[in-house]
Amino acid sequence: MSLMSELNQRALQRGIPLSVHLDVTYRCNERCEHCYLDHEGDGEMTTAEIKNILDQLAAGGVFFLTISGGEPLIRRDCFEIIEHARALRFNVKLKTNAVMIREKEARRLRELNVEQVQISVYSHREQLHDGITKRPGSLKRTLAGIRLLRAQGLKVTLANVLMKGNLQDSEGVRRLAAEVGAHYTLDPTITPMMSGDTSVLRLRLPFDQLQSVFQDPNLVGDVAEFCAPPPPVDEDALEGYPCSAGHTACYVSPRGEVYPCVQFPITCGNLREQSFADIWQNSPQFLEVRSIRGKDLTTCSSCNHLGTCTRCPGLAWMEGNMRGPSTADCEKSYVRTGIASAAMLARANSRVASIASGLVQIRPFAA
Amino acid sequence: MNEKYITRSNAVAARELAGEMIIMSAADSTLFSLNETATLIWQAADGTTPLSEIVALRICSEFEVAPDEAYRDALALVNDLERHGILHVSSRPAGETYLEPAKIA
Repeated sequence: MSLMSELNQRALQRGIPLSVHLDVTYRCNERCEHCYLDHEGDGEMTTAEIKNILDQLAAGGVFFLTISGGEPLIRRDCFEIIEHARALRFNVKLKTNAVMIREKEARRLRELNVEQVQISVYSHREQLHDGITKRPGSLKRTLAGIRLLRAQGLKVTLANVLMKGNLQDSEGVRRLAAEVGAHYTLDPTITPMMSGDTSVLRLRLPFDQLQSVFQDPNLVGDVAEFCAPPPPVDEDALEGYPCSAGHTACYVSPRGEVYPCVQFPITCGNLREQSFADIWQNSPQFLEVRSIRGKDLTTCSSCNHLGTCTRCPGLAWMEGNMRGPSTADCEKSYVRTGIASAAMLARANSRVASIASGLVQIRPFAA
Repeated sequence: MNEKYITRSNAVAARELAGEMIIMSAADSTLFSLNETATLIWQAADGTTPLSEIVALRICSEFEVAPDEAYRDALALVNDLERHGILHVSSRPAGETYLEPAKIA
């Protein structure tokens, strides 16, 4: 077992929130077409409130802290927040579009020993990237920021969200990452907006495009292993937890709301009204999330993919049932392996039943 | 014995988890887990308390170990941690400023 796995296991056994994602603002200087946020700045926590929360998180055992937004650097106090976080010895990862990073900012991030900076890049071509961010010149500025960060020796990851409109440029972004000495990571997940608006889902990769991603060794590594049929469901899968959300990880919004994950926006409490420890230990929502095992999942507990599916409980919750299937992940499992999920089969059977039931209705007419 | 002073590095992330210190170096993202004894030494590494005093007060008082042996082990440990960039080891207390030899003249 790797030290990281051991660390996660120990945190899980002791109920320690090892990782927290903190959005310090929802405001942003870009307007990415797939974004799940509303970009409203009202009700943002003050510097003092955020520092107080960081103190509580450190006391609670949080080690990995992701500072994100919106665009976090849009806050004038962003460096003061990062400085406080580093003084508390968090492992800090910053998610930014790098548009506001000049030499001074890059140097300061290095001085503060930020562990990693993650930056979304949608294409190596200005027209396409800027078309997605809705900000002309944004790729040029982002790349300038990336180069300054790399010049300081900072670890940079280019996060390539894959959508219908930019899939063809994934190779270009991968080459760009190699050229600037950055890591490359891809993500074909488009999530509904936090408000529940699902219109952005139209941007998701359709079946054939997702298949081309999963069959590309440059993007997934060992294709045979990645696309292998799922092994038989075992006791570990039935007794296991769906993911770390609410178990060893959680999310804090700019307004102090605590969720299990940024993709699982069920409010477990607000840090303006309760302490972090109280919310983490006693929130009925956290307790419910923690009570769910693989065997408790509706439909998914009988699915061949249970042990290997990337099922997101947050996406399932946004579809109406945190114990239910997440349609996007059912599709991914199917595209990956060619084996339909239990939820897909149930829907197909339901359609057949519906047609049959329609025939029953016309039977008296035929008779 | 030349006294040694140890200071926790600012370049690392660290958190105590159930009595053991978890440390990650920002430079290479290597993760370390310190055992109970090493955790006590890390926590006491304020740059001003001599290592011998840390060993006497934090280690020998807690564990049944001879002072000389404890000091040798502690010295090996702090040198190892320094190699990984987790601690700074110096023969002078942190905060003391000295002119570089080249500047004295």
